Amino acid sequence: MESFFKTAQTVPLNHYILLSAIIFSIGVIGVLIRRNAIVIFMSIELMLNSVNLLLTAFSVYRGDATGQVFVFFIMALAAAEVAVGLAIIVMIYRNTNSIDINVLNRLKW
Amino acid sequence: MSILFAVLVISAKNPVHSILYLVLTFFTFTIQYILLNAQFLAIVNFIVYMGAILVLFLYTLMLINLNKDAEPVKTNMVKIAAVLGGGCLLVVVVAALKVIGVSDPVLFKDPNLGLVKNLGKVLFNEFLLPFEISSLLLLSAMVGAVLLATKDPKTA
Repeated sequence: MESFFKTAQTVPLNHYILLSAIIFSIGVIGVLIRRNAIVIFMSIELMLNSVNLLLTAFSVYRGDATGQVFVFFIMALAAAEVAVGLAIIVMIYRNTNSIDINVLNRLKW
Repeated sequence: MSILFAVLVISAKNPVHSILYLVLTFFTFTIQYILLNAQFLAIVNFIVYMGAILVLFLYTLMLINLNKDAEPVKTNMVKIAAVLGGGCLLVVVVAALKVIGVSDPVLFKDPNLGLVKNLGKVLFNEFLLPFEISSLLLLSAMVGAVLLATKDPKTA
């Protein structure tokens, strides 16, 4: 176990940034290519999580606990956002019988 | 590993499969937190994301019975444009990273940085007001969600 953490310490900061960037891009692509509202929501969760990981990596790198507290707040925010968003999706489904976001074309200006 | 699962999340046809892949992705993120010696965040990630949020997603999917799989396919043109846009974002970020150059390995300067005791001290000393405000936010989100999801008594 000790040697395991020793190996984990040799991971450069760049790799964490790279991983977060890739996951964030995947989230962006997911928002763009899917039309299912729930899948779009999950892509947003992916993006939030990649940013969380990046904040944690930087906080460990700088030896500052503030970043991890901030991640905690982001998680609380994400929980609230998911609750409200899913309620909105349920309401949309009741009104239009589909969760295809193109049904909401009328919202266009 | 988490990249693979994340790709599967957005590419799975069936939303239920997509959610299950999302669980796996979050699990790999939890492992990352443990590797970073952030035990509090690992536990919170495990409970909040894999427990609460994913169950919420599954329940919503159960409420909206989606078995007919009626999602209309976007045209290939739009898909290619979207992938190109995301790829451009990735290239920009990676290029910015290249400019910075090679970084040092992430050393644990303070071995008990991510432990519950240390984080609790920071949370309840410097961040007491944001903590209380976030509790208010959660309460209002709960009330709002219930209000939205219940049927309107006039139309029902």
